[in-house]
Amino acid sequence: MEFVVISLLNGITYGLLLFMLSSGLTLIFSMMGILNFAHASFYMLGAYFAYQISAWLGFWPGLLVAPLLVGAVGAAVERYGLRRAHRFGHVAELLFTFGLAFLVEEVVHLVWGTSSVDYKIPAELDGTLFTLFSTDFPIYKGFMMLISVGMLVALYALLTRTRIGLIIQAALTKPDMVEALGHNVPRIFMLVFGGGTALAGLAGVIGGNAFITEPGMAAAVGSIVFVVVVVGGLGSLGGAFVASLLIGCIQTFSIGLTISVTDVFALIGVTLPAGSQVARLTITQLAPVLPYILMVAILIFRPRGLMGARES
Amino acid sequence: MKNKLLQRLALAAGAVLISGSALAQVKIAYIDPLSGPFANVGEGGLKGFKEAADILVNQKGGVLGQKLEFVGFDNKGSPQESQIQLKAAIDQGFRFITQGNGSGAAHSLIDAVNKWNARNPDKTVLFFNYAAVDPTLTNEQCSFWHFRFDANTEMKMEAITNFMEKDKSIKKVFIIGQDYAHGHQVAKYTKEQLAKKRPDVKIVGEDLHPIGKVKDFAPYIAKIKASGADTVMTGNWGNDLSLLVKAAKDAGLKARFFTYYAGGLGTPQAMGASGEGKVLQLTEWHDNVPTKSTEKFAADFNKKYAPAAYFYYLRVNTMTEMVAKAMNTAKSTDPKAVALALEDMRFPAENGEVWMRKSDHQLMQPLYISIFTKADGKTVKHDSEGTGYGWKTLASISQRDSQMPTSCIMERP
Repeated sequence: MEFVVISLLNGITYGLLLFMLSSGLTLIFSMMGILNFAHASFYMLGAYFAYQISAWLGFWPGLLVAPLLVGAVGAAVERYGLRRAHRFGHVAELLFTFGLAFLVEEVVHLVWGTSSVDYKIPAELDGTLFTLFSTDFPIYKGFMMLISVGMLVALYALLTRTRIGLIIQAALTKPDMVEALGHNVPRIFMLVFGGGTALAGLAGVIGGNAFITEPGMAAAVGSIVFVVVVVGGLGSLGGAFVASLLIGCIQTFSIGLTISVTDVFALIGVTLPAGSQVARLTITQLAPVLPYILMVAILIFRPRGLMGARES
Repeated sequence: MKNKLLQRLALAAGAVLISGSALAQVKIAYIDPLSGPFANVGEGGLKGFKEAADILVNQKGGVLGQKLEFVGFDNKGSPQESQIQLKAAIDQGFRFITQGNGSGAAHSLIDAVNKWNARNPDKTVLFFNYAAVDPTLTNEQCSFWHFRFDANTEMKMEAITNFMEKDKSIKKVFIIGQDYAHGHQVAKYTKEQLAKKRPDVKIVGEDLHPIGKVKDFAPYIAKIKASGADTVMTGNWGNDLSLLVKAAKDAGLKARFFTYYAGGLGTPQAMGASGEGKVLQLTEWHDNVPTKSTEKFAADFNKKYAPAAYFYYLRVNTMTEMVAKAMNTAKSTDPKAVALALEDMRFPAENGEVWMRKSDHQLMQPLYISIFTKADGKTVKHDSEGTGYGWKTLASISQRDSQMPTSCIMERP
């Protein structure tokens, strides 16, 4: 019981962080049709900016300023890079974001070095929030959940309850009509891209010190974010939310299970030859692969994802 | 414009001249991760070697009147990249290499060095291993061209299980490790030796996780907790260890940790007060083992490099001094001559007399089991990484007692 509850909490915390990362990606995709390969790089930039600001001013200003800075960088990338690449079609865009990811990593190497930086959890968030059964739940994890849920609510309110949200939604499906009504659609695109990258930046601010801030952090989450978006359905915010939590929990629980691959196959009546390499693997060892297996399965059986609108 | 070009040419010519005179130095290629998840560990090691070469060798006359120098080659922690870096080092004229972070990379390097030396008997290369502890490297896979300066996992587990044998409070052990050669060996020897010495102890869980990839160990800690383990055995190093103990601290896990590397960079800080009385390590030395001159060396080192690196690897100093001594005794920097001089060498290291066993090229040295304790200025004189907590010796194993038999059948040139 203790194990289930704690694992659930761990899974949800991780899932919410994934959602913060993937919400921006899915927003950008649904608005602009751009699969932003550099999205995780903005996550990394968020962590490094927050590290730098917290070294000068402290954690709290960093929490506020770093995502805004990342958003500004994102908006500039859209305005002066992507918009030009856009003229040459989707392949050019894709290659542009792909190259951007490498560029950001190299810049991080040059500015902050190849090793990890000492970006720490602030003292006031370092401690135990509550003790469940006999396991402590750290304040910082609660804080991460709070920020993620707060962001989810704010994003939902922005998209459905405000004028700008209305225009964004309209531009999503009928950009020509919105433009004809006198709205500056390119600027909306820039805002969405900036906003999406700012969300990734925010995830970096709180993920960077919860885990570790190093030049490899973008590559470490880059692929899992795409899994979330594909499983949830390209362009679906709700889908991304469900998929994030699902993948968070799958990873957490699969680590906790002590069954082997042999046991799993036994469930469906297949006996694996004893002593083979595969038969000896445990589900725990397979945990990092499971999200990708899920992605492949989704692509085969339900290509539009859990809640995706279109078939592509 | 023309002036600039001339300037550049002059600079380039100067650089060639300088590197030309640098050839008069004895250079050792340090092939270890300088980028990626273990960059902090790799960089700490390189600083250690550079400092050791400067202070312990070059300031005392150097090697055959020349300077000893360590040059970093980034293998990104990967066995494949290690071979590429080895090739690069050989192309640049290096005849000596050292590596330590990762037995996978060490396997790959031994293989490549053996092949290279068989094909190029006039340009042989010698490999000094300062930290890759997979026992096979000095048993089945042993090589004349490889010397190991750290105790291997078999020796370490023998010492740790001897200690566990006497501690009857240990009832349930959980083994967690990195999923590669080293993690597998730690798990194997833990089980083998505990089964012999403490058959009553139950192994309640055994997990291997991808190396350098896990950023949040909370799910693993939840599993350890659920297993009811009172003791965790791990060979993890670098961030894989500091994040593990950090997650244990966050969840308030009460179990004791037996580790190889808890004194290593970043881990004492990650543990802080929560590691007190709970985290043990087995090393050849720690800050509170009295020495003749290392106390000052360590203080100077920490002053110079902290917080990017703290002095931790005594064996790096031992290795640097032994290699220099071997070159001076052999009156040569030819790898084969150096190897022959290193074999069977007895050396008064700062942790006691050490011996390079000829039959498998494994260094025999004293070992210490220590526990993380509040620094008190007396037995725990020095704290680690400014945490206020340091290492206190619980047991020491003499050089003679640390020896284990080897199955090495060495091919000698």
